[in-house]
Amino acid sequence: MLAKPIVTAEQAVGLIKEGDVVMLGGFMGCGSPPALLAALEKKGTKNLTLVCNDCAVHNLKTGEMTFVAPLVAKKQFKKVIATHIGLNGEIQRQMNAGETEVLLVPQGTLAERIRAAGAGLGGVLTPTGVGTEVQEGKKVIDLDGKRYLLETGLSGDVALIRAKKADKAGNCTYDKSGRNFNPLMAMACKTVIVEADEIVEIGQLDPEVVVTPSVVVTHLVQAKK
Amino acid sequence: MEYVPSKENIAKRIARFFKNGDVVNLGIGLPTLVGNYVPEGVELILQSENGFMGLGPVPEAGKEDPMLVNAGGSCVTIQPGGCFFDSAMSFAIIRGGHVDATVLGVLEVDQEGNLANYKVPGKMVPGMGGAMDLTVGAKKVFAATQHFDAKGNSKLLRKCKLPLTAAHEVDYVVTDIGLFEVKNGAFVLKEYFKPYTVEYILEKTDADIVVDKDCREVDLG
Repeated sequence: MLAKPIVTAEQAVGLIKEGDVVMLGGFMGCGSPPALLAALEKKGTKNLTLVCNDCAVHNLKTGEMTFVAPLVAKKQFKKVIATHIGLNGEIQRQMNAGETEVLLVPQGTLAERIRAAGAGLGGVLTPTGVGTEVQEGKKVIDLDGKRYLLETGLSGDVALIRAKKADKAGNCTYDKSGRNFNPLMAMACKTVIVEADEIVEIGQLDPEVVVTPSVVVTHLVQAKK
Repeated sequence: MEYVPSKENIAKRIARFFKNGDVVNLGIGLPTLVGNYVPEGVELILQSENGFMGLGPVPEAGKEDPMLVNAGGSCVTIQPGGCFFDSAMSFAIIRGGHVDATVLGVLEVDQEGNLANYKVPGKMVPGMGGAMDLTVGAKKVFAATQHFDAKGNSKLLRKCKLPLTAAHEVDYVVTDIGLFEVKNGAFVLKEYFKPYTVEYILEKTDADIVVDKDCREVDLG
């Protein structure tokens, strides 16, 4: 099995170009890759589109920021596609001021749109959002008397993934509720960078427990221990 | 009669709906309290939409694991027999009809079973998270809410004014003064909670209410 390059977080984020669509795993930061986020903030790449469940925490009163929030505050994203931004006051402010475009998507729909793109499907039919604002501008399809929205696939340029254990080929396992969007995003992007808590030799991961198959992973980064 | 808000009443009554082994998703906030009042002998399997089955209680101090959080981002535990999955599987479970019930908070709920709980245009736009999928997918949808807002207005309405989370999906509305089933375009009053009365509920609620023929008083203690 071919080994994937193990690079530093700084080298890895150098693969992200201005204007790229960046998919970030994690749910309120749980399952987001911390070293990759820190390196991308330091590099300061701008005009990115962020696809992530949420924008973590930014408390405007105390100044507390977690995970992706410092990058949002530095306005590295021109557009954010998320399901919930309630705990990040800064992105809400940017949205209301018209400074950053924010698209809010139902969580199950975001997951399926990413899954569909990664699975080579043009989209999915979901009953979620029928009769709500989410329906606006979308094709409604009637199947056997039930209405569905046509939701198109969503792919990205670079996925930033946090794994628990990866082998050098790129096979990944995840850590508890840190799995969330990570395996879906790893399927839906051209460049897939995995920050793993532990990187082991090829052959040391039980093939039965692998969640993300190595063939979709392009780069590995060793997380700080 | 004076209205005294009681989240406990709401949580206690909803908890009595469930059967042993029901798969339930509790929203963050008031709905989470339901877990504290599940009757003896009833064990629920709680689904956490961020990616696991078998949501357990808050860990002891010092035993928190930052990789094990609920959908509100707070540290929790997983029960023996639980399992983790990704977000697509999580919502396949939800939309696929594998969740018996969901309990969600309310900004407005109307007699057509419409629920608004995710957006106040121009004021509060946090995003819908998993709420739209949960209302559409769960077999039974419970809207859990105090009967009146801070200004004393009824949160049960003839027609929602705020953007909808889902259309025609709510099955039961449980407030701190009564239990309502949403049926044929009206709130059917099934129970009124001591010390409130049917007359009080009819007078103070700005919606069409049908008093069920078996409507009864319930003392939630």
